[in-house]
Amino acid sequence: MANDKVTLAHGAGGKVSQELMEQVILPAYGNPVLNTLHDGALVEMKGEVAFTTDSYVVQPLFFAGGNIGKLAVCGTVNDLSMTGAIPRYLSVGMIIEEGFPIKDLQTIVSTMKKMADEAGVVIATGDTKVVEKGKADGIFITTAGIGDKIPGTHISPENVKPGMKVILSGYIGDHAAAIMAGRHNINLPASVQTDCAPLNKMTKAMLEAAPDIAVMRDPTRGGVAAVLNEIAEASHCGILIDEDEIPIHPEVQGVCDMLGFDPLYLANEGKCVAFVPAESADKVLKAMRTSPYGQEARIIGEVTAEAPGTVGLRTGIGGIRVVDMPLGNIVPRIC
Amino acid sequence: MTEVKEKLTKAEERAFAKELVQKIGELAATTGRKLRFMEVCGTHTVAIFRAGLRQILPDSVELVSGPGCPVCVTPDDYMDKAIAYAQRDDVIIATFGDMLKVPGSKSSLNEAKTNGADIRIVYSPMDSIQIAKDNPDKKVIFLAVGFETTAPTAAATVLAAEQQGISNLYMLSAQKLVPPVMEALLNDEEVHVDGFILPGHVSVVTGTGVYEPVIGKYHVPGVVTGFEPLQILRGLYRLVQQVVNGEAKVENEYTDVVKTEGNPVSMAITNKVYEPCDTGWRGMGIVPLSGLKMKAEYARFDIEQVLPLEVETVVKKTACRCGEVLRGIVTPKECPLFAKACVPTHAIGPCMVSVEGVCAAWYKYGQGRFEYGK
Repeated sequence: MANDKVTLAHGAGGKVSQELMEQVILPAYGNPVLNTLHDGALVEMKGEVAFTTDSYVVQPLFFAGGNIGKLAVCGTVNDLSMTGAIPRYLSVGMIIEEGFPIKDLQTIVSTMKKMADEAGVVIATGDTKVVEKGKADGIFITTAGIGDKIPGTHISPENVKPGMKVILSGYIGDHAAAIMAGRHNINLPASVQTDCAPLNKMTKAMLEAAPDIAVMRDPTRGGVAAVLNEIAEASHCGILIDEDEIPIHPEVQGVCDMLGFDPLYLANEGKCVAFVPAESADKVLKAMRTSPYGQEARIIGEVTAEAPGTVGLRTGIGGIRVVDMPLGNIVPRIC
Repeated sequence: MTEVKEKLTKAEERAFAKELVQKIGELAATTGRKLRFMEVCGTHTVAIFRAGLRQILPDSVELVSGPGCPVCVTPDDYMDKAIAYAQRDDVIIATFGDMLKVPGSKSSLNEAKTNGADIRIVYSPMDSIQIAKDNPDKKVIFLAVGFETTAPTAAATVLAAEQQGISNLYMLSAQKLVPPVMEALLNDEEVHVDGFILPGHVSVVTGTGVYEPVIGKYHVPGVVTGFEPLQILRGLYRLVQQVVNGEAKVENEYTDVVKTEGNPVSMAITNKVYEPCDTGWRGMGIVPLSGLKMKAEYARFDIEQVLPLEVETVVKKTACRCGEVLRGIVTPKECPLFAKACVPTHAIGPCMVSVEGVCAAWYKYGQGRFEYGK
């Protein structure tokens, strides 16, 4: 392109906009639905449809193992997956700050295409706006997605009952640790990377193995602690988890110790927490382990009749304490 | 007793903890009374609650939390001053995030921020140097709050600012020292403790020798411990042993990182910039020589000397008992506001504001609010 930075003209709707579309966006996303460039995408859906949207404003935009584009696709794919749907189509809205490097934009959109391909979803429509320098933090991305609900499944916290097992798909806190390391210039081993991943194939396998899964959630903002508290509250049940069963990489624990965070509250972008009838737990675990994203899946606790609405944690040395709902933004401790 | 290895398995840890708890109980029972030990460190408070340690301790041993959270002990008048500076158009306040919600006598920094004050959250005092460079027409004031642990970084920031010729960076100091406040607690007739779990982080900087005068003078045992549950239990065991043997000495259960002499480089940096002064502690009033003020040669970095402000502090009368909680006289549960009017999302007292505050730890980990099996 003539200019190596995004300018206001790229968002003005004229020739330069068209150039951005033809040289950056379409080569990355190009597919029969999008290529028609209608005002809206015409797509075929059948039966009950799941529909979701989310906006991504992460900083830094590039971090260990991913970038904002990877989050924007996986996040929406996962939101659909957790409702028991098979994601089909995405829309992508981008608000780009004037002066944003075209090269970075290309990296972001090509990552989005790669993740969409892995998830088997089509980027069907989108929008690009450019705002003046200082009016946005590099780039903001909003994705919306629709998917076909898998028949015969019924995901709802109301289905959670005492005796059910709580299953976690793998190591927690990796994404937040990667972001914090990027934000605070903390050098972490290359093994600490975002866990950002599309989970739809894993959740499909889980639901095929056990359509009686009560609830699935991806523990993003607020982490596992927030998800468990939401479910405990909505189901009027207690949840008791076992600290020793919660997988945390030592490097992630190290960052948490240094900054005063609790990994249970850290965001994940490629994890799933499932509430499963005890008799289906083994089947679900087996199904999860067929996916590269569920290799470390394990039972971390169970639903109890005791302490309705409360999440308890059995600590490594045998005490039990409450895991509270996260409060506001996490900040590093000062001592 | 289970052999202490480099790395215990989780099952071994649990077994070792059980064994220690039993031994602590048996030994403490020989005194025929309940032993009270105080942790003087907010990180210990949180570690104790996180591990559910209080629950597994025998009835013969009680843990109380002391004035170990720097945010909690920062008094109203300091916050009022910080807010008054924040309200000036020519000032940018740089602060750690947990100071924002701490109540002053009339409002908080958060309220000032909502009303347009320029308040930036930093993760290190050094970040305020960049803010000062980027805003040469503003006075950037770092709220230097903390104990011996953070004082060296604040002092290093002053030295770096001096070296870089930065003329618009200042400190509003509320740095505090642990040994003098321990002495104040021991002089307080309402406070009864049989020993101290001495702060791990502070001791990394100060070394263990710094506690010896006060431990010796008042004949109260002290053990420096780390923050792992087993380290704390081992520290408790040694405290009980000292009580039973009628000893009062400073022991070190955190030898991997805490040395007798501490970190001389950090201490030297602190001592270059600061000198001890009397200072106010929330709930305790003025404690002699328990604070740090800038030495005369660094007075130009002290905002209170460069730009003195008269601020009136009218202490509000509420039912909040943070002052007594900080001295270990009452538990949060004995405060009529705890978990009712005062909750983390609407904190009335500072002990509920800070993540390391006693009330916040009680609330967050369920103590006094909900307890399993009770």
